[in-house]
Amino acid sequence: MSLDEIKIGGMGASRRRVEDNRFIRGKGNYVDDIVLPGMLHMEILRSPVAHARIKSIDTSKAWDMPGVRLVLTGEMMAARNLAWMPTLSYDTAAVLATDKVRFQGQEVCAVIADDPYIAKDACAAIVVDYEILPVIVNPVQAAAPDAVQIRDDKEGQVGNKVFDWEIGDKSRTDKAFDDADVVSKIELHYPRTHPSPIECCGSLADYDRATGKLTVYMTSQAPHIVRAAVALVAELPEQNIRIVSPDIGGGFGNKVPVYPGYVISILASILTEKPVKWIEDKTGNLISTGFGRDVYLKGELALRKDGKILGVRMNTVSDHGAFFADAQPSKFKIGLMHSAFACYDIPTAYMFSTGYYTNKAPGGVAYRCSFRVTEAMFFQERMVQAAADDLGMDQAEFRRINFVKDDDFPHRTPFGFLTDSGQYGKCLDIGLEAIGYKNFEAEKAEAAKRGRLLGIGISTMTEPLGAGNSREYDILGIKMFDSAELRVHMTGKAILRTGAKTQGQGHETTWAQIVAHELGIPAEDILVEEGDTDTAPFGMGTYASRSTPVAGAAVAMVARKIRAKARKIAAHLLEVSEEDIEWELGRFYVRSNKDRGVTIQECAMAAYSNMPDGMEPGLENNAYYDPPNLTWPFACYIAKVEIDPETGVWDVLQFVAVDDCGVRINPMIVEGQIMGGLTEAYAMANMQYQTYDEDGNCIGANYMDFLLPTAWETPGFELYEVVTPCPHHPIGAKGIGECATVGGPAAFVNAVMNALKEKGVRNVDMPLMPNRVYEALTTGKDVYGMPPVRNGE
Amino acid sequence: MYPSRFKYEAPKSIAEAIALLDAGKGDSKVLAGGQSLVPMLKLRFAFPDQLVDINNIPGLNYITFDADGTLRIGALTRHEDLEFSAEIAKRQPTIAAAAPLVADPIVRARGTFVGSICHADPQGDWAATMIALGGHLVVQGPKGKRTIDMKDFVLGPYATALNYNELAIEAVIPAPKGKAIGGYLKLERRVGDFATASVAVSLDMDGTKVLRAGIALAGVGGKTIDANEEASFLVGQTLTEANINKVAELVAAKSEPRTDHRGSSDYKRQIVRTFVKRILTANSAQKVA
Repeated sequence: MSLDEIKIGGMGASRRRVEDNRFIRGKGNYVDDIVLPGMLHMEILRSPVAHARIKSIDTSKAWDMPGVRLVLTGEMMAARNLAWMPTLSYDTAAVLATDKVRFQGQEVCAVIADDPYIAKDACAAIVVDYEILPVIVNPVQAAAPDAVQIRDDKEGQVGNKVFDWEIGDKSRTDKAFDDADVVSKIELHYPRTHPSPIECCGSLADYDRATGKLTVYMTSQAPHIVRAAVALVAELPEQNIRIVSPDIGGGFGNKVPVYPGYVISILASILTEKPVKWIEDKTGNLISTGFGRDVYLKGELALRKDGKILGVRMNTVSDHGAFFADAQPSKFKIGLMHSAFACYDIPTAYMFSTGYYTNKAPGGVAYRCSFRVTEAMFFQERMVQAAADDLGMDQAEFRRINFVKDDDFPHRTPFGFLTDSGQYGKCLDIGLEAIGYKNFEAEKAEAAKRGRLLGIGISTMTEPLGAGNSREYDILGIKMFDSAELRVHMTGKAILRTGAKTQGQGHETTWAQIVAHELGIPAEDILVEEGDTDTAPFGMGTYASRSTPVAGAAVAMVARKIRAKARKIAAHLLEVSEEDIEWELGRFYVRSNKDRGVTIQECAMAAYSNMPDGMEPGLENNAYYDPPNLTWPFACYIAKVEIDPETGVWDVLQFVAVDDCGVRINPMIVEGQIMGGLTEAYAMANMQYQTYDEDGNCIGANYMDFLLPTAWETPGFELYEVVTPCPHHPIGAKGIGECATVGGPAAFVNAVMNALKEKGVRNVDMPLMPNRVYEALTTGKDVYGMPPVRNGE
Repeated sequence: MYPSRFKYEAPKSIAEAIALLDAGKGDSKVLAGGQSLVPMLKLRFAFPDQLVDINNIPGLNYITFDADGTLRIGALTRHEDLEFSAEIAKRQPTIAAAAPLVADPIVRARGTFVGSICHADPQGDWAATMIALGGHLVVQGPKGKRTIDMKDFVLGPYATALNYNELAIEAVIPAPKGKAIGGYLKLERRVGDFATASVAVSLDMDGTKVLRAGIALAGVGGKTIDANEEASFLVGQTLTEANINKVAELVAAKSEPRTDHRGSSDYKRQIVRTFVKRILTANSAQKVA
């Protein structure tokens, strides 16, 4: 009699994505699709230069153009105390520039007009007189004693340093290095890149003076936080603020921060008393919004001759751009960089980090990862490969020796995190078998006869996903829990709302599967809604792979509350005591007579029509979930590449991905997440970076220069799974959305470096463009994307 | 996209188009496939007063071979028309090799061969192909038609010998003197990227002997590089390894690459050298290994 869980679209069903039905028909509802009566259009004038003092701004010609309603300058924002706004990293960022522009693309003026053509024409008619200042585009220049100070607006600011920060046990780690047989060192740069969602940022602000209600449709991964920020910063009454994130065309971390455009459109709507729409263009998105990475590493491993890692030293220098606007909720200045080496059993570690201001775009830093975890794992795996080479050990064996073993959990990582589960050796074995590791040397010799170089590279890592627990993570003091609210209607259909916000992750599909698993209500009977702060429960949004670990857990918990109430109703309907009731998927029955039972749908009807005496009517509840710990998925990625030595072009011959993200709610969506992440990993390894010339011009201001791989370049990926359930998550799931972006790049780079090893090359910085690989091949020297930076020496 | 304000005209005849261009006094742009022009309008790098859309002019979309083998390509012939033409595949190996490497499938469906040449991007594939093949353009203005040799057509980046009141109506590729062989190789960072370097090679053969040799390069200079003089070293020769290496060195030396984020000038020369060798060695290589 029991329901077939797969048939009702429960846990483990590769159910087709519900949301795709409207997306593939062009029926999505994005911010730019929303049209309100009398709506005006806003365009932002951006700085063409990277560093300059603003001598004057003449907006008179713009004001004179027919159809122009409002021209806003920094001075006008300052008069309303809105020229600067706080960042999530406790710094300030300019909304519209007043004193200086500090990066190319910075917002200088805004024009609000009857249509976007007029707004754009009017922007072109504004005359800004800039006094050009020296430009700083990397931390070496920023740290120079005679460097121009970028943040002369900040009282007490010395030079261009943002912070010094350290973690770990320095003296114990120094001792480990003193005792080491071998010290392996490597220097790297993880270049700046950009999350680059296909939909750019935008907002439609609608302030109704009569009701005092402010409604903002916007591209936000975290609408509830925006409401809180508007309430706290703008001091508008919170019940009168409604933030709506409609369909979102990709986020990848880019849509977590609050950008000037949002703020200006809100003010513009208040001033004009009309709805004001701002839709960013691709160039605006690429040159001004939250980037990813841009960190230098000097890494050292203390090694014993037999391959055991005794200690880790990491020294990082990060380039934050003009404002310290990292959107990350931890107490740690460099995010979760110290999650590095979590999968290895290492006694001690120490990290010293320094951040600098430069004349580059600010903010962001998380591109499909938990706050610098991508850099951490890339650095880790490049250090591990260099160490294996220095010891003359096989790279797979070296990893295996140092892995945390299956029965060593919970395990304290060298920097102090607590991991709880995993089968690292098993994942590695599956990966090595799939790629034919044993036959690699023979394959390599065969390729050499054809004049080609082969390389094989491994990346193994566990990363912390699902911020957070409320002890260590908060945004502006708000704890990092999440929420779900479930209303079961009388016909047994339901609506579920959560505090997360899907941007492609498939929540409308997967959340229904969790409810189906817990209650036996078919997934197709459950509507999932997110993103409207007037209707959804308060939550912290979707980023850092936190939806399933946190909001997903809340979904399971609220369904269990519903089930507990339904159980009482079932006892009432079956006329037995609650203790005599058993549950099977979708149905309660009498323990002594399995044929006597009621379905969850019958309980739902009774909740509205025939409830027990004294019971509140209805079948609705909510749950707020504060996770006891992060979740720790594990991944083993292995790439096999072939290099054409005459051009430096490299092709991926095979790529194997073994992922352990615990219990999989929808295996098809998990696989899609992994393939998407690996594609982004390949992009960063092969072609993609956001670079600047010496004048601070952003090279990568459009898709001709900022490269996204197409289906043509992207290699095929072979996926394998291992399931080690998360011990503290209600359904045993771990985060997965970001594993492949985080762990993938090192596999590609290690593979190319493996091929170049015999030429004496130890490092080529990403992206491994053919010209860099060719240079390394022909000179036998390392190739750095930027000059190495010294820190704390 | 929000371009600057412009007037849009859609003439139905060549004469009407020319009259509009003439009246436009040089502030007009011709819209054919629009695959370069429209992005430039969007970015406001181009802000013409008038767009003259020639897509409504009948009779400009053709690929024809004269009885003597001369190839004629009309002003509205799309890249993909060439890519999927069986006649081109059989009779013009250099064009056949280049066509699938032009931009991406979306651009190839809309963009035109002649439009791409008139855009005169130094990284354009077709200008190099035309020079290697010794082709010319037929252009028409208020005073009638004239022909411009491809080697004289491109003056610099985005600059051509076309007058503002002239419309390029046809590209002409002379008949091969013997068996036509050749190829096109391009190094790009991603499909649709501009070339880091690309090489067009066209040879007319009498058995193993080279009767005519043409080579041109894209992406390695301020304009399309004409290396036909260097290629002429092969005339009267056979394609021995020594000859191939020699001409590869000559052509690499002729290139004028600049160091940029796509690579150093030395690296780009190495790509030119390698591609010349590979095309000549394989005769008809279709893609970068």
